[in-house]
Amino acid sequence: MLAAHDLAVRRGGRTVLAGLSLTAAPGDAVLLLGRNGAGKSTLLRALAGLLRPAAGRVLWEGEDVADDPAAHGARTRLLGHLDAVKPSLTPREDLLFWSGLRGGSPGAALDALGLAPLADLPCRTLSAGQRRRLAIARLTLGGAPLWLLDEPSLGLDAASVSRLGALLAAHRAAGGIVLAATHLPLPLPGAREHRL
Amino acid sequence: MIPAATALYLRELRLALRHPADALAAVLFFVIVCALFPFGVGPSPDALARLAPGALVTAALLAALLPLDRLLAADAEDGSLDLLLASGLPPAGIAAAKAAAHWTLTGIPLLAATPVAAALLALPPTALPTALLALALVSGTLSLLGTLGACLTLGARRGALLLPLLVLPLAVPVVIFAAGAIEAAAAGTEARPFLLLLGAFLAACLPLAPLASGAALGE
Repeated sequence: MLAAHDLAVRRGGRTVLAGLSLTAAPGDAVLLLGRNGAGKSTLLRALAGLLRPAAGRVLWEGEDVADDPAAHGARTRLLGHLDAVKPSLTPREDLLFWSGLRGGSPGAALDALGLAPLADLPCRTLSAGQRRRLAIARLTLGGAPLWLLDEPSLGLDAASVSRLGALLAAHRAAGGIVLAATHLPLPLPGAREHRL
Repeated sequence: MIPAATALYLRELRLALRHPADALAAVLFFVIVCALFPFGVGPSPDALARLAPGALVTAALLAALLPLDRLLAADAEDGSLDLLLASGLPPAGIAAAKAAAHWTLTGIPLLAATPVAAALLALPPTALPTALLALALVSGTLSLLGTLGACLTLGARRGALLLPLLVLPLAVPVVIFAAGAIEAAAAGTEARPFLLLLGAFLAACLPLAPLASGAALGE
């Protein structure tokens, strides 16, 4: 169970978020909506522990996540708006590295996103949508309960969006939590909307 | 933490091997700077040998600075650094892996090129073992201090210019002791005290620099 209490985040002397509270129980999906600059990405980064809140706390099962960053890192998967893809590595090498950090099987992750035929090509030859799929494939490694997604479907074709939908459904069915910032419709049936 | 930092270190090596030109550029810079001295000072072996210890150490330091501005900036720009920090790996572990990779990819090639550079500067061959040992300690210290500089200047405008201004003043003591050691060896006197001081400096940086780098990265 993830809870944010009265969260405030300041960036460069400007208050981006203030007085934000939300909770998400296992199996929940929360869509973060809001205009550009409303602080959706900032909120995701704060929930991931990358930004220290100026006020308020982020709690997991009632404990402040800042008390144990390693445990919070192990239970969190962040999909940022950048894909973190190295042009000279192949998708398989990329997933092997991240599976070394997080556990899980690169082969299964490649299959889940239909990347198996591209597994041994250098990432510089991949299209933007294929890179996004590789970034999404990393989420599945190691079975973390909390997924924080920033515009996950950006650049994806219809087939990949439905693969993403299947992944999200399986994650929630296993008791996982999804928080997604998005402007596009996402395959997240029954998701709550949280407007920033 | 140790397996994760090792995995990151190995990934750095793999990435560098795909682009060997970056590591080679630092080594070629080192050799070319050393090759310029005979043109500036004149080819007299006495005058060159007088300059050689200081020139060798300074050229190696400047060459080792070259790859530092991409050390973390590349990962910060493509989002990898966020993922690494969010994966729960301690920031100090990330910094230690980066410093180790920098030493492997820049320090060791510089050592391999040192005999050539020393010959260009007419350093007496008897001083070469001491020069290699001194440069090994200097480059290790610079990898640690340089990673700290790279962490501090990450995201700063003109960070690549700021970095040498931050790191080089910190490197003044190692330049003094390393040049002292090589000079002593060339003159046939005892180089050991200088080398011990260099070792002490490296030993102090070894835990402190990654911790400070980690604190800078975590901000």
